[in-house]
Amino acid sequence: MNPEVIREYLPLYKEAFILTLRTGWIGILLAFAIGILVAFAIHFRVPVLSKIASVYVELFRNTPLLVQLFFIYFALPKIGLSIPAETCGAVGLGLLGGSYMAEGIRSGLDAVPVSQEESALALGLTKRQLFTYVVFPEAMSISIPAIVANVIFLLKETSVFSAISLMDLMFTAKDLIGLYYDTTEALVLLVVFYIIMLLPVSILGSIIEKRVRLRTLGG
Amino acid sequence: METILEIKNISKRYDDITVFEKISLTVKRGEVVVIVGPSGCGKSTLLRCINSLEDIQEGEILLDGVVINPTSKDLSQVREKIGMVFQSYDLFPHLTILQNLMLAPLKVKKADKKETKKEALELLDRVGLLSKKDSYPRQLSGGQKQRVAIVRALMMHPEILLFDEITAALDPEMVKEVLDVVLSLAREGRTMVIVTHEMQFARAAADRMVFIDGATIVEEGDAKEFFDDPKTDRLRKFLRSFSYD
Ligand SMILES: Nc1ncnc2c1ncn2[C@@H]1O[C@H](COP(=O)(O)OP(=O)(O)OP(=O)(O)O)[C@@H](O)[C@H]1O
Ligand SMILES: [Mg+2]
Repeated sequence: MNPEVIREYLPLYKEAFILTLRTGWIGILLAFAIGILVAFAIHFRVPVLSKIASVYVELFRNTPLLVQLFFIYFALPKIGLSIPAETCGAVGLGLLGGSYMAEGIRSGLDAVPVSQEESALALGLTKRQLFTYVVFPEAMSISIPAIVANVIFLLKETSVFSAISLMDLMFTAKDLIGLYYDTTEALVLLVVFYIIMLLPVSILGSIIEKRVRLRTLGG
Repeated sequence: METILEIKNISKRYDDITVFEKISLTVKRGEVVVIVGPSGCGKSTLLRCINSLEDIQEGEILLDGVVINPTSKDLSQVREKIGMVFQSYDLFPHLTILQNLMLAPLKVKKADKKETKKEALELLDRVGLLSKKDSYPRQLSGGQKQRVAIVRALMMHPEILLFDEITAALDPEMVKEVLDVVLSLAREGRTMVIVTHEMQFARAAADRMVFIDGATIVEEGDAKEFFDDPKTDRLRKFLRSFSYD
């Protein structure tokens, strides 16, 4: 390993890191928003919408992100809809992640027992209060492990962005290896930056999980 | 004594099964009515009908002389006045014990927070669970959870309490701690309708016993007479199934 090379590469990686992190997190926030809406549509069996939501979940959960990104990046411009690469990445990640988040949140909503809802109604809560103060927060506590796992999964999926020539970490590493053949340095930096990106999420995730474990059903 | 709850000729059916047919029952203020009967005779269903968790096909139910209308917008206002505790406690797992007790008064009654907290702590103390105020339901035993569930119902100042086999899911050693709470509520003159399989407790708590079997009320009356001198063969047979001699 050559420290000189590392020093030289570092600024390039930093830039790629920021881009990856930004696109990744925008995608994750999008995924979360989509996940909630889709989970509500399915859980409440909203006419028509719940059907569309189910099709969406199956479609996006069962196709690779790479294919989805290719579709958005290369196929949409053919019908006159061209989107910048970074937006493509975030939207693609959001759509993929939305299908996973939806499943996680929906199973949380479904896990709240009917008897739980009845005892809230018996206390005089209206249906809306029941959902706001009991079902939704309870479902979210139940869904936390799934949501954390999805966030980590989605951050790792950002490595596919390079395929639509987004200058992310993966792209930068491949690019440098192709140009200068300093393979070891390029790969070590790649791993280090991915760890910097993921480790805090992982640690924070397990802290949150531990805290909500007490608040979930059972025991 | 004034009548609080009046059940008039109600019938309840599920598609092809008739759970009960034209049942009538009146509960006066301060009265403790205990309902017993074989499994599946409709005891839970009756309590659930009172609270409009189930609809009825015939008859009507009046609370304070006002008909409970299951489709009305004010249903939650009626339910406020009826406290109900279920076999499965159903505390809200994501809230602490104190938060469990305060949720409905604060959100439904828009009660004062300070007052509500004070009352919650007093009631918790009364059932011996003050030290658990910041615990989550998961950290409590079944008997403790059930005592909290009773307090949670009391927090709404209900006019009548409905208890559906609240000790049926508990380990035997926890049954007494819960029934003691119910007995003390009975002694302070609360109006209650209790479904239970604990005959000893029924005898101690009941002002009036009701025996349901085969879709109707077969026998009802004063607790002492009910146990010592049952009038119908069906009740005699039912009571015998609880003794070992
Ligand atoms: N949702 C339902 N659909 C169809 N039948 C039902 C439903 N709920 C209850 N029943 C039937 O109604 C009858 C009365 O049930 P209920 O739970 O009220 O009995 P119970 O007296 O409380 O019995 P247990 O002592 O076992 O609690 C039973 O025959 C039951 O199978
Ligand atoms: Mg029952």
